[in-house]
Amino acid sequence: MSDISPLFLLTLLPLLAAGFIMLGANARLTARVSSVILFVLTCVLIFKYDRVAGDFQFVGGWTVSEAMGLSLLFGADGLSLAMLFLASIVTVAAVWVIPPIKDRQNLFYACILLISTGVVGAFASLDVLFFYAFHEVALIPTFLLIGIWGSGDRQAAAWKATIYLGLGSFVLLLGIIGLYSAMPVGIRSFDLRVIQEAAAAGVLKPDDWVYLLLLFGFGTLVSLFPFHSWAPQAYASAPTPAAMLHAGVLKKFGAYGLLRLVLPVFPEAMATYANLLLVLLVGNLLVIGLVTISQKRLDWTLGYSSVMHMGYIFLGFAALNELSLSGAGLLMVAHGLSIAALFALSGAIREKTGTLDYSELGGLARVAPKLGLLFGFAVMASIGLPGFANFPGELLVFFGAFSSPIATPAILGLSNFQWATVVAVWGVVISAVYMLRAYRKVFFGTMPDRWASLTDVDTLTRYAVVLLIIAMLVIGFYPQPILELITPSLLP
Amino acid sequence: MSNFVGLNPVFLEAYVVVLGIVLLMVEAFVPRLKKSAIAYAGMIGLGLALIATFFCTPSAIPADAAYAAYYTGDALAIFFKQFALLTTILVLVMAVEYTPVLETGMASNKPGAGVGEFYTLPILTCAGLMWMASATDFITIFVALELVTISFYILVAFMRRSKACLEAGTKYLILGALSTGFLVYGITWIFGATGHTNLARIAEALPQMAATSQTSLLFGIALVLVGLGFKVAAFPFQFWVPDVYQGAPTPVTAFLSVGSKAAGFIVLLRVLEPFFVIPVLQEKIVAAVALLAGMTLIFGNLAALPQTNLKRLLAYSSIGHAGYLLMGVASVGVVMAGPAIVYYLSAYLVTTCLSFLVLIIAAKSIGKDDIVSFNGLARRSPYLAGAMLISMLSLAGVPFTAGFLGKFLIFEAALADGQYALIVIGAITVACGFYFYLKVARAMYWQPAPENAAPVPVSLLSKFVLAVLTALVFVLGIFPQWILERLAE
Repeated sequence: MSDISPLFLLTLLPLLAAGFIMLGANARLTARVSSVILFVLTCVLIFKYDRVAGDFQFVGGWTVSEAMGLSLLFGADGLSLAMLFLASIVTVAAVWVIPPIKDRQNLFYACILLISTGVVGAFASLDVLFFYAFHEVALIPTFLLIGIWGSGDRQAAAWKATIYLGLGSFVLLLGIIGLYSAMPVGIRSFDLRVIQEAAAAGVLKPDDWVYLLLLFGFGTLVSLFPFHSWAPQAYASAPTPAAMLHAGVLKKFGAYGLLRLVLPVFPEAMATYANLLLVLLVGNLLVIGLVTISQKRLDWTLGYSSVMHMGYIFLGFAALNELSLSGAGLLMVAHGLSIAALFALSGAIREKTGTLDYSELGGLARVAPKLGLLFGFAVMASIGLPGFANFPGELLVFFGAFSSPIATPAILGLSNFQWATVVAVWGVVISAVYMLRAYRKVFFGTMPDRWASLTDVDTLTRYAVVLLIIAMLVIGFYPQPILELITPSLLP
Repeated sequence: MSNFVGLNPVFLEAYVVVLGIVLLMVEAFVPRLKKSAIAYAGMIGLGLALIATFFCTPSAIPADAAYAAYYTGDALAIFFKQFALLTTILVLVMAVEYTPVLETGMASNKPGAGVGEFYTLPILTCAGLMWMASATDFITIFVALELVTISFYILVAFMRRSKACLEAGTKYLILGALSTGFLVYGITWIFGATGHTNLARIAEALPQMAATSQTSLLFGIALVLVGLGFKVAAFPFQFWVPDVYQGAPTPVTAFLSVGSKAAGFIVLLRVLEPFFVIPVLQEKIVAAVALLAGMTLIFGNLAALPQTNLKRLLAYSSIGHAGYLLMGVASVGVVMAGPAIVYYLSAYLVTTCLSFLVLIIAAKSIGKDDIVSFNGLARRSPYLAGAMLISMLSLAGVPFTAGFLGKFLIFEAALADGQYALIVIGAITVACGFYFYLKVARAMYWQPAPENAAPVPVSLLSKFVLAVLTALVFVLGIFPQWILERLAE
């Protein structure tokens, strides 16, 4: 097991780029080139992946501790590759939209690339402890980015997010330790494949509290209601590329962990605690949905919307059947793309106007038509209109959740899952309300005179967002390839 | 020594004592010598001893040796000898950096007065630490502990013109003497109950002991726990720590927080071990240690939150880390607890020395050691700030650093042993830790530097040591078996 995995090189790439930048290389050039190489390499790996053989491929790494069964092990299956695709494409977009930074530009670029290292490493890891570790590492550059270059009450936002996520990660770590301790002595290992095999063979039977630790640990990272309050504030304050990477990719780590680690091990505990999770995810959809409508600033609307949309992913996860799970997997990618595009564009608006307050904006489509058009696309994608990647994802979740195999008591002829699905479908209406409202307030209506001389979106940001929108459209019209990639990884 | 393989570890202690005395003599009788030469000679001398330890094969001392009853050369002892040597070398590096500050606090105005002693006393302390690692008799443990403590009395109060330093020295003297009193009194009770001071003999005698003398034995153990509680800074015996840490010369603070704490823990492990043969005793001792651990965790981490002085913050953090270590001691029911504690101490050694070295270098040119005086350090000296950031992250327990794996191993042991209450407390205090360690990062990275702040100069030796320690934080964090496997032998 000493061969070097291409995934290791993939993880190393942004790390090395960050290192060179800190040592004085040209930040802009190094970051842009390395992000594009990262994206291209990821695409190559996706094409090289043997779909017929399935399972984890490109496996390689080295043993860290024989006795503990710990190794720095890389490997990817369809789901990981889909997430790596998301991570690399958002990295490209995030790096390319970075506006000129006056203060310590090199540190800024290095931090962005370190976040990218964290997410790529997490999705490429086969070892659960390193999977956890890579995510945790990405929190530190986020802390620096929000604290140094953030806007608004940046310090409070950075503290809140870091402490919240630090505590959430620690709960998650305790869950991982609990899972590890539940394995029979002798085969104890952090290797994901060993854990999945042990679970399939029925020798891994952790207690229910391990499930709850993992659920709330991962849940906090994906902003499960009521552990979500770090998210909107952090996204509103974070510099644009940090918000794109965090909301788009890093946050999906939690959902990825649920599908990857919790799903194969805890099918029974998931059924036992299904009602608990349903109540919480309805909280995400309904409570946060209504909170989002009442927001008065674009960045807060987007921050809350990203919390709300996690409800669909939780629903897909909770319903435990093929349709809903593939839907959740697809939605992770789709939501990552759409929220990254939205944050990129809202960042461009803030860059130009200096404000994201609805009361000060309006009619921008007149002076910045391209910005308006792109924003319109991103809004429609986020609502989940047909043709965009979010639509097949949400549809699969709805169909899957409505026919969930988990038995719950029926109320008025519908099971709890079916009620939750009804709420979720209404969620689409709620998200249409706040997204269209945001679109109207910013781009239509009367334009205050001071925006008359506003310039349109700059070329690089436009290309970055167009790249994301193309990806959304391709997946939206033709989701089959990515579904074929994701679905086999989710089935036992 | 018929069946003894390799170098006899007893020679190491003898060598270090001789080294200390020779350097002290040289300092006294060669007045024209540059004082820093003594420090470098000390570093080289200790470095040779450190290399020599790798030729010691861990094994028990043969029974025919005169000192077999109170001395052991097992893997744990050898490891802690290396630990003590490495710590002392690092302390000497810090002492050299600290000298300009030290001279401002000396009684005599003559440049270099008293500095030579400041370089040699840590070497004698080191001999005490090394001996303590091997001691298996309450009497030798006590003597070694006193050798360490008495040299610390001098070191803590070294800057006689600094009021804070004198205050620290007085506090440390009084409370140190008090804790020694507890320890000796506890030892006499244990001797009274079992008739032995030797740990191995105590373990043999315990099963035959009359049930009526169990209460007096427990009383003795409790007193020993109190005495050692002072040494490792466990709540509620921690109140001397903040003032002493803040007032003492910074290299001494580092030495106290690493060397003295490690010594306390190895003695704790050795002393408690024989009593664990009786399940009833083990249950009661573990309950007491768990209680201490929980209180120490809560106090150390919560009290660290509002601190504004970096030295004081590190003092409270050292109390907090004692809590995690005690959590490991409370989990001795499982085999992984021992290696977890040792690994945690090693990670703590590397990380704490790194942070203190940066603190000394930066505070020397800034003139103060408040957290706000570190504002904008990332702009003035990015590498110094980077090293400090990494040590803070490791203390907080961020993955890929040694501190993370240390916490991981401790929590794993605690979980296997079923210490659920401690785990919940520990999880909350880890989150507190994130806040107060990142406070330092905030000052260095978020805040603007003061007007006309120049880069901080760093000597070549310090640059080298900083680089090595920073690398070690990551290497230990990714390859823990370097330490874990050595103890498994």
